[in-house]
Amino acid sequence: MARITLEHIAHSYYPNPQEPEDYALKHIHTSWDDGGAYALLGPSGCGKTTMLNIISGLLAPSEGKVLYDGQDVTLLTPEKRNIAQVFQFPVLYDTMTVYNNLAFPLRNRGVAANEIEKKVHEVAEVLDLSEYLGKRAANLSADAKQKISVGRGLVRSDVAAILFDEPLTVIDPQLKWHLRRKLKEIQQRFHHTLIYVTHDQVEALTLADKVMLMYEGEIVQTGSPDELFENPQHKFVGYFIGSPGMNFLPCRLDGNLARINGAAIPLSDEMAALGQKTKGKTELGIRPMYLEVHERETAGSVAAQVTGVEDQGSFKVLSMTLAQNPIKARLSDSQPVPESTAWLSFPKEKIKLYADERLVQ
Amino acid sequence: MEKLENNKAWFLISPVIVIVAFSAIIPLMTVVNYSVQDIFGPGERVFVGLEWFKQVLHDYRLHDALWRQFLFSGLVLLFEMPLGIGIALMMPKKGWGVSASLVTLALPLLIPWNVIGTIWIVFTRPDIGLFGYIINNLGIPFDHTASPTDAWVTLMLMEVWHWTPLVALLAYAGLRAIPEAYYQAAKIDGASAWAVFLYIQLPKMRGVLTIAVLLRWMDSFLIYAEPYVLTGGGPGNSTTFLSIYLVKVAVGQFDLGPGAAFSLIYFLIILLFSWLFYQALQNVGKGEAR
Repeated sequence: MARITLEHIAHSYYPNPQEPEDYALKHIHTSWDDGGAYALLGPSGCGKTTMLNIISGLLAPSEGKVLYDGQDVTLLTPEKRNIAQVFQFPVLYDTMTVYNNLAFPLRNRGVAANEIEKKVHEVAEVLDLSEYLGKRAANLSADAKQKISVGRGLVRSDVAAILFDEPLTVIDPQLKWHLRRKLKEIQQRFHHTLIYVTHDQVEALTLADKVMLMYEGEIVQTGSPDELFENPQHKFVGYFIGSPGMNFLPCRLDGNLARINGAAIPLSDEMAALGQKTKGKTELGIRPMYLEVHERETAGSVAAQVTGVEDQGSFKVLSMTLAQNPIKARLSDSQPVPESTAWLSFPKEKIKLYADERLVQ
Repeated sequence: MEKLENNKAWFLISPVIVIVAFSAIIPLMTVVNYSVQDIFGPGERVFVGLEWFKQVLHDYRLHDALWRQFLFSGLVLLFEMPLGIGIALMMPKKGWGVSASLVTLALPLLIPWNVIGTIWIVFTRPDIGLFGYIINNLGIPFDHTASPTDAWVTLMLMEVWHWTPLVALLAYAGLRAIPEAYYQAAKIDGASAWAVFLYIQLPKMRGVLTIAVLLRWMDSFLIYAEPYVLTGGGPGNSTTFLSIYLVKVAVGQFDLGPGAAFSLIYFLIILLFSWLFYQALQNVGKGEAR
């Protein structure tokens, strides 16, 4: 187990990168504490897997250093770094039994036979694989196969970290939930440093203590699930986290009011003061669930035209147009749905201001 | 959905039945017909039962040719499979080298078979052939027209040169189909290159290698043109394989009855061994081993 640090890492798959667009990873300077459970969240193609492969040593970064507990491991192979990595599709040694699959990483490292036996049974126990130990791995179901892949990482007690690269993609939804809980349980029991790559926000938010959100080769925000939800540092975080994503309305600040094409929304004094200092394109952001929707005009509310409603089971999503801008609100199941005009009020403490896509604070 | 009861299906598959009949069933039945009769001319025929089969099965020259054939096909598999896999493992994975090596490998496969025999006759001639001249000048007497051993060496060299590329191409296709994650996982698990070969590459190539073994087995068991051109079955009978002997019986001596019986036995042997290989390769490493 180790603390992992990436120092000024940049990576390009081209031999002579010129433009910023040539880089898969632009500038990553961050660290993962020993024993923490982290999620790397981001859309496809944002550089998550590249970063994971740099941490594990499958890929050498174009620029920067990788440190494990302060030691430079940039040039070491994955084997020397002593890291475990689980891939999107289960990787098995098909001709081997489950037992031999689990024992394989230990045998390659010359561990004594009785030690291997002990370790394999222990891990099989944790992963509920004991009954399959004598079976050939090739004939098992997808989730059992992925558990074996995880198990090959867990058998080595001294691994620096366990890296997961979207490991639940090929698993059925109901088993996904079970396996996710299992991973969390294992992490809490063994205190491995866990880095989990995913594009599924639910997975990231339930599994990790800390979520790193990536966008176009950069980490745009690191924080607890709660921080990411309540305080998106970047417009992208607002869009990506939460369902539906955050509303953003282009606005012009006028004293204590944010004017959106004529609709005026009152701001708190602090927010107005912050707004005075901003430059660039200003936008007002608010989560759909914090918007208060009324059927009649109330003090401080603004009118919006209802364009649609979508029932999502336990809640409804109301789509509206507010002064030519699309806006969404979340309604509880019991709440009445306004017919054609909804009156929206914006709770002052929930309003965020963004200048050039970044949070004003 | 309700199942329609009609005979349209027979109509739709009738072209296949006609094609198979002309390509396989009718010729095969002709051979069966010949194998149980003694035919002197049009309208003059005698039913002889299994007489030809008995005669052929007791023919010591056929026995010799059969053992020769097994030795030859066995050696072909023994040399060509490991060599082909080895070449495939050494081939480049990307860049201009891929197409260069693929084209180079494919060249022997494009040459007509009797031309191959001719090439090797010239190549191994002690007086003007590059190979024959050099090896004789090194003090090793070499003449495939005089020595049975030399004839076999030449034949094996020719066969390996001719057909190993096919095995290599198949194995290469199998290797390229292995997802990168397997190699990455092996690196993480600290597997040696040998372990990667044994536990990832070889099992993942099972399908293409099965095809390679079957193709090489069948083709080498049927071999005719190359040895016929190269040695004509000699010196003596030392390179007379089944097909060469069959042609001698059926065409040379015009013994159609025994020739037909011979053909059927030949066909059944190939069928039997192809099936055995297929079964063996399908089951290898599939047991519930611990």
